[in-house]
Amino acid sequence: MPLPRRNDPASTFRHLDWATIAIYLVMVLAGMVSIYAACYNFDNASMFADTEFSGKQLRWIGLSLILGLVILLIDARMYDTYAYPIYVGIVILLAITPFIAHDIKGSKSWLSFGPMSLQPAEFAKFATALALAKLFSSYHFVLNAKPSNYVKALAIIFIPILLILLQNETGSALTFLALFLVLYREGMSGLVLFAAIFAVLIFVVAIKFTETTVIGIPTGEFVVMIMIMVVMAAMSVLYSRRAEIGRNLLFWFCGTGIIIYILDLCEINVPGLPALLCIIGIACIYIVIEAIKYHRPKLYIACATAVLSVVFLFSVNMAFDKLQPHQKLRIQVALGIVEDLRNAGYNVNQSKIAIGSGGFFGKGFLNGTQTKLKYVPEQHTDFIFCTIGEEEGFVGATIVTLLFLALILRVLAIGERQPTTFGRVYSYCVASYFIFHFCINIGMVIGLCPVIGIPLPFFSYGGSSLWGFTILLFILLKIDAARKNVLSY
Amino acid sequence: MRKNYNLEKRKYVIGGFIVLIALIYLIRLFDLQINDEKYKRSADSNAFLKKTVYPSRGLIYDRNGELVVFNQPAYDVMMIPRDVQPFDTLDFCRTLNITPEEFDKRLSDMKDKRLNPGYSSYTPQRLLAQLSVQDYGRLQEKLYRFPGFFIQKRILRQYKHPVAANVLGNIREVSQTDIDNDDYYSPGDYTGDLGIEKSYEPYLRGIKGVEILIRDARGRIQGRYDDGAHDIEPVSGRDLRLSLDIKLQQYAESLMVGKRGAVVAIEPATGEVLCMVSMPNYDPTLLVGRERGKNYKKLVQDESWPLFDRAIMGAYPPGSTFKPTQGLILLQEGIIDLHTAYPCSHGYISGGLRVGCHAHGSPLPLKPALQTSCNAFFCWGFKAMIDRRSKYGSSAKAFEIWKNHLVSMGYGYRLGVDLPGESRGFLPNAKFYDKFYSEGHWSANTIISVSIGQGEILSTPLQIANLSATIANRGHFITPHVVKEIQDTVMPSFERRAPSIEAHFYNDIAEGMRMAVTGGTCRRAAIPGIEVCGKTGTAQNPHGNDHSAFMGFAPYQDPKIAVAVYVENGGWGATYGVPIGSLVMEKYLTGTIAPERKYMEEQMLNSKIYYAPAKKK
Repeated sequence: MPLPRRNDPASTFRHLDWATIAIYLVMVLAGMVSIYAACYNFDNASMFADTEFSGKQLRWIGLSLILGLVILLIDARMYDTYAYPIYVGIVILLAITPFIAHDIKGSKSWLSFGPMSLQPAEFAKFATALALAKLFSSYHFVLNAKPSNYVKALAIIFIPILLILLQNETGSALTFLALFLVLYREGMSGLVLFAAIFAVLIFVVAIKFTETTVIGIPTGEFVVMIMIMVVMAAMSVLYSRRAEIGRNLLFWFCGTGIIIYILDLCEINVPGLPALLCIIGIACIYIVIEAIKYHRPKLYIACATAVLSVVFLFSVNMAFDKLQPHQKLRIQVALGIVEDLRNAGYNVNQSKIAIGSGGFFGKGFLNGTQTKLKYVPEQHTDFIFCTIGEEEGFVGATIVTLLFLALILRVLAIGERQPTTFGRVYSYCVASYFIFHFCINIGMVIGLCPVIGIPLPFFSYGGSSLWGFTILLFILLKIDAARKNVLSY
Repeated sequence: MRKNYNLEKRKYVIGGFIVLIALIYLIRLFDLQINDEKYKRSADSNAFLKKTVYPSRGLIYDRNGELVVFNQPAYDVMMIPRDVQPFDTLDFCRTLNITPEEFDKRLSDMKDKRLNPGYSSYTPQRLLAQLSVQDYGRLQEKLYRFPGFFIQKRILRQYKHPVAANVLGNIREVSQTDIDNDDYYSPGDYTGDLGIEKSYEPYLRGIKGVEILIRDARGRIQGRYDDGAHDIEPVSGRDLRLSLDIKLQQYAESLMVGKRGAVVAIEPATGEVLCMVSMPNYDPTLLVGRERGKNYKKLVQDESWPLFDRAIMGAYPPGSTFKPTQGLILLQEGIIDLHTAYPCSHGYISGGLRVGCHAHGSPLPLKPALQTSCNAFFCWGFKAMIDRRSKYGSSAKAFEIWKNHLVSMGYGYRLGVDLPGESRGFLPNAKFYDKFYSEGHWSANTIISVSIGQGEILSTPLQIANLSATIANRGHFITPHVVKEIQDTVMPSFERRAPSIEAHFYNDIAEGMRMAVTGGTCRRAAIPGIEVCGKTGTAQNPHGNDHSAFMGFAPYQDPKIAVAVYVENGGWGATYGVPIGSLVMEKYLTGTIAPERKYMEEQMLNSKIYYAPAKKK
């Protein structure tokens, strides 16, 4: 088979991943309709009128399609070749943005181009993805080979984060943290992700459940101790490949637990904290002995995790007590400990009410009371999922959730079929951004995550976000369509 | 490139993670949308329309229980723009007596987000404020033809006696500042403006009620929620009983017609203000209803300043009404005793300085000096005190002591009357003169005019009346106030203050003031059968003719009323001050005017002072 060497449009469209395109089109059109519903005012003009947000979004969508087409027509090798220049260009733009941007509600991230305003931060997404892909595809690059590789990768991720933080766009900046998933896929130890998630979990649990106590210590701390024991047992099995160590540990934990429970029932006060610390300490000693016995140095990780977790737990408690009352309050509101229905918690509460009142089939298109009567703020941008939940009900919300799941899984699949590291890493970057936006945006609307103002890709109103994600996705599609042109090694 | 199959397995971790998250979200959505009824109920309650029910504002009575201010219903035309359906605009305008152009203007103003930031087509918006009862009646009949419109009942003020406008104040719509400063207010509410409507606003306003109505998804009203079981009844404002005697107020205002100035009468024993007149006055009903804005503007622009409550805001030179304070200070400081006599050769002549005086015997002691209002006596006394370095060290130190006595008598600071905007008058201190003349370069003669209530000294008519009440009480006063009782509330007690002068000296001053009526400057103040005490004042001022002032009390023993009169450019104290002050006292004490004094009443009712129009700057 002769290898096509040119950038042939016919070949591109033959190999284009039409499933992704279909999902994309469904999403942007559903987004426009939702925006119309979110802003519907009864005396409004038609959905397509340019005075309406939906009409404006339609124009953005049209321009996006043109943009997408242009991206597909450009030679795929250009993205590889110009990855660093594009990245550097965007970084410079990010750096000067706060100085030339207008201040909009404290955020200095919008640049005006005649009638349009764009947020460079949204375009930093694809540029960073390209740069990261380029780095990983450079000759002989193996992430775990030497520490300096980590330094380079982290530099590429954190430069845009810092510059966007300077624009007071915390939400946008945080999205780049999603790229740690790419590092994980490319070899970073899973322990890092695990440690991050476990730390967040300890933090939340320890702070959230302080009202009640179990055997004399706050429920939160008690639950964290139990979690630490479970993790120890699981890790010791994982790292030693010997089930009996885990079994022994479980017997130890359960046995002592039952004794303490019985003592507690007999109203004999057990000093809870020292008892639990003793149980964990003895388990650690046991693991160390086993590690020496069977020559399994990895077992020490289980001990270290336990010790560090306990230390972290107490430092969290101490640090939290030192915070200012209003800082405490914000954290507590974000974690749902304190219900602050008038200020910080207002949006989430109203958004939960709107979604919750939707029921199974929803109230019907344009019939939502909560969003119509302006109870939910930012309903056409960050809280667009509310309108869908209220008017289209559980059915609509599920469809949107599954659409995102399908898109993300599709992008992951595309990534795994790439013959080049560049293509694979870029795909994973795209998937990571979508995962982050999906998790945080829908999570905050349904009250599972703290409120971080980031849009729901393809649904929320806004040209920058739509264009940013369109570019991101279409570069992926182009790289994917051209994969057959690349010689397999 | 060699594929790392160990790492490739990680796609399952990442894929599994996102599937797990999606699953958690779906479970959460199921819980929110299908499982939990709580949110549906909250949504329902969100779809309520909470309609404000305005409470009735507290009524105001005078000291004798006579109704002064009451409420009158007014009707706002409200509309929920969403619910308005095509209607006969011309018919609507004709019913409300407005032109279609006005109607269109109101409509566009209402929708203008700059003028009406709270505009939403789902919530009630006010189209027209304060319909008259007649317009309301006409509209009410036809209201069924105009869907989307409804009528909101409001409360306006009405006045049984159109007097005491400055004391009573009025009500106005709240400003954005009011809303920011007090959570109670929302746009469209009324609040007290000026007078006791302002200072007693928290008592008068009551508590707003809420009527809960149900709306459907399109915001349309479906009816009352739960038959009004959750409505909150408004709590009416508290009624006030004033210390003012509204008949006396009316009488004093009529005596002051055609003049500018103030009359303040106080019941000495209680500090209750019996009447408080500021002239020119205005009809308080001008500031009620739809014409309020126009009328208010007119009053603000009126060059005679009718909105300026001269009784508490006007700072005037007290003139000779100030002399009793001087006598008290000199006695207290031991500068003079009752027998110390100073010469008067048609004035005070010292160090090339001359302060004129009129013809009377010389030399004379304190009481005759008060009787004849001798300038020279008080100048000599003041000089004796301020320049007595042997006792005080320096003029400045002596002056500070002099000033502190006056402060204790209520000069130089707000007395704390329960009305907004009280002026503190002006009382210089030694630093003031140190700055003006430089330190050590001034002495009694430099500032001699303050001893006879001229020069830098300024006081409000209320402060002068308060001095009169203090002398009537022989050495103490109660903070003057205009409200006597608040319904269902324990009235805060008003402070009793005793100036830094021994009480017995007041007897001597009162005697001097009695002598002024029996055979001195205030002979016209004599009321048959009542022992009146008084002191005239003729205050020179840079704005034209002298101001005519009077302060006095009656009866001499166990006084029932203390009064101060101040007539701008009225000439001699005896010309306007004495007759008006004594007529007010007579009216209050006897309820009538003795036949031999009718001519005086006639004279005061009809006399006018010509005030030149203010020069355009």
